[in-house]
Amino acid sequence: MSSRAVSLFSKCGSRISQTRGKAHFTFQPSTTLPAGLENLEKTKMNLMQSVNEAMRIAMETDDSAVLFGEDVAFGGVFRCSLDLQKKFGKDRVFNTPLCEQGIAGFGIGVAAAGATAIAEIQFGDYIFPAYDQLVNEAAKFRYRSGNQFDCGKLTVRTTWGAVGHGALYHSQSPEANFTHTPGLKLVVPRGPVQAKGLLLSCIRDPNPCIFFEPKILYRLASEDVPTGDYTIPLGQAETVRSGKDLTLVAWGTQVHVALEAAQLAKEKLNADVEVIDLQTIQPWDEDHVVESVQKTGRLIVTHEAPISSGFGAEIASTVQKRCFLNLESPIDRVAGFDTPFPHVHEPFYLPTVHRVFDAIKKSVNY
Amino acid sequence: MHRALLNASRRVATVRSMASTVEGDAFRLSEYSSKYLGHRKAAFTEKLEIVNADDTPALPIYRVTNAVGDVIDKSQDPNFDEQTSLKMYKTMTQLNIMDRILYDSQRQGRISFYMTSFGEEGNHVGSAAALEPQDLIYGQYREAGVLLWRGYTMENFMNQCYGNADDLGKGRQMPMHFGTKERNFVTISSPLTTQLPQAVGSAYAFKQQKDNNRIAVVYFGDGAASEGDAHAAFNFAATLKCPIIFFCRNNGYAISTPTSEQYGGDGIAGKGPAYGLHTIRVDGNDLLAVYNATKEARRVALTNRPVLIEAMTYRLGHHSTSDDSTAYRSSDEVQTWGDKDHPITRFKKYITERGWWNEEKEMEWQKEVKKRVLTEFAAAEKRKKAHYHDLFEDVYDELPLRLRRQRDELDAHVAEYKEHYPMLETLQSKP
Repeated sequence: MSSRAVSLFSKCGSRISQTRGKAHFTFQPSTTLPAGLENLEKTKMNLMQSVNEAMRIAMETDDSAVLFGEDVAFGGVFRCSLDLQKKFGKDRVFNTPLCEQGIAGFGIGVAAAGATAIAEIQFGDYIFPAYDQLVNEAAKFRYRSGNQFDCGKLTVRTTWGAVGHGALYHSQSPEANFTHTPGLKLVVPRGPVQAKGLLLSCIRDPNPCIFFEPKILYRLASEDVPTGDYTIPLGQAETVRSGKDLTLVAWGTQVHVALEAAQLAKEKLNADVEVIDLQTIQPWDEDHVVESVQKTGRLIVTHEAPISSGFGAEIASTVQKRCFLNLESPIDRVAGFDTPFPHVHEPFYLPTVHRVFDAIKKSVNY
Repeated sequence: MHRALLNASRRVATVRSMASTVEGDAFRLSEYSSKYLGHRKAAFTEKLEIVNADDTPALPIYRVTNAVGDVIDKSQDPNFDEQTSLKMYKTMTQLNIMDRILYDSQRQGRISFYMTSFGEEGNHVGSAAALEPQDLIYGQYREAGVLLWRGYTMENFMNQCYGNADDLGKGRQMPMHFGTKERNFVTISSPLTTQLPQAVGSAYAFKQQKDNNRIAVVYFGDGAASEGDAHAAFNFAATLKCPIIFFCRNNGYAISTPTSEQYGGDGIAGKGPAYGLHTIRVDGNDLLAVYNATKEARRVALTNRPVLIEAMTYRLGHHSTSDDSTAYRSSDEVQTWGDKDHPITRFKKYITERGWWNEEKEMEWQKEVKKRVLTEFAAAEKRKKAHYHDLFEDVYDELPLRLRRQRDELDAHVAEYKEHYPMLETLQSKP
């Protein structure tokens, strides 16, 4: 348990990170809200609060919904479930024993019985003990039963991505491990507005979903979030910056890195880069990306996860096939290196703004 | 500074004196009992003694009848009526006959795979009969008798083994992977033990229902109990107080691995109390004992206390049609078990003694069942398989665009290369 204890210092760590120097990104609040949300009343929320809000709304609107996992009762190690047990009771928000395969299997059973299960895996790095339950069971439950049974009411939330000092087991981005599994939906938000809308969509979707929460954004990302009940559709990418010269695809925290690199490219290269937030990694919005590349003629995909077999590979291959006649330069991928995630060398490991900028420069100059 | 040192010294002295009094000991024992040991009475000992696992007594094996079917303690006889008794006997024998025919059909290459239930018919029917129709069952793969008891038809068994268009599972899983929502039997999957923590989650969801009268029941073998998911399930069921029965069929083997190589403790039941599971070990070849244990277990489970039943039995058949068990156990061993203690034989005595059964009826029934099995078998064999479009359905609730494109690709391919896909003739028309 001592290795997990680092989570209890994450709050201090976050503060230290701010003191030590600039984070590897700058959060950029949403400039345009999804359709229908513009006129709603809004409140300033960080990512942690928007996740909390989404779960509160889900539990208020669905009496069967339960939230469980390690340490969720007192509010969770990132405070995402703060006050939910007080509000909904110990039988709806509760701690489980420390066992990820149990959490996932239990959640499948709750969902198979017709109730809504919101399972939390404390860190994305510890989802692997549940891999068999998620891949061999949750993903195949409906198919193998001929649609007699399903666990569509299961959502697995887990923290995700780099945090400055998380090293090997508090920094991982395991989404690609699951994209090779038909039957699961995989979602990664870039900010509080998206997190709330996408999480509510996951919880209400009739398919098992894994929702990855960029933990570095839990407190750092703050913006005006609509206060009521709203959803953002799954399976749809969002263009967060329009451009005509190059398409840059990212998800999670890396969207903010991409936006900054795009701005830098405009200033130094006079290149107009279109930035797309994929949002749903599976099933992904192929057409949205293809239409963009047909216009720009160039594609770069960037993600924190290691480059070999990262999800960027799937995007690159598909776009190469569908946009062959439009491509003006090779598709590039700017990603984590093929090593475990290091502690002191994190600044050199991450696909930074300048690595992305350099890829843009090489692409437009190809 | 001098005053601070004096205060510190006094504080240390106070702590030391308190720790040595009965007061401190009583406090700790109270904390341990109420918070650490599940309200069991905690006690200190000054005797250095490591518990010797080999010396702990085995849980006894509950039985109602002896090996030849005589009721030993009349007070334990559930006194089934004639109709129920005959249904029980017929379910077991029907399964036995179906097993023989389907086993042979696999040997002839007419179905791809099969697993028999020889020797374990008693624990299927005994437990199923003690449950209510609404109880949700999760199985492993050797529980076909439970399905039969619940009215899963012979036709459905055949359709699943053939994977034809009428299979409720749509031909997607190997034979033996049955499931029926109508009869509350969750579709079986091959990965062992995964169903255990799932069953616990379902039980928890049932507990949340007002005036709940529904439990989850999960079956598994002794080998499956070695998987990490079993540990997860037992622990979650106890800490989250779930209305569930864990039913372990301990048949002595996991394929070729004998129980001496599976665990070192007192079987599977021996694990139960350590997790906080209310536990009983039962003679799995004694239908009456299995029935009584399961019925009582259901009553206990409905008070939101999980129960573990370990049914002791023996796997008379090969593990599956892919296994020749003579490679790791002698034919004599199998023959002896079959001769000396068979669940069907034992129960047959029960119904014969009461005048409800005789050899003439036995002959007629055997003939009737064989005919029915063969008829359903032939009918299933003739039915077409679903169109290949079906392979793309139910991955999600709806067909994603990307997957529809893959289906279109296959359509174009088959249109051009149809002569290389002879199986097309065995499929239904495009939907």
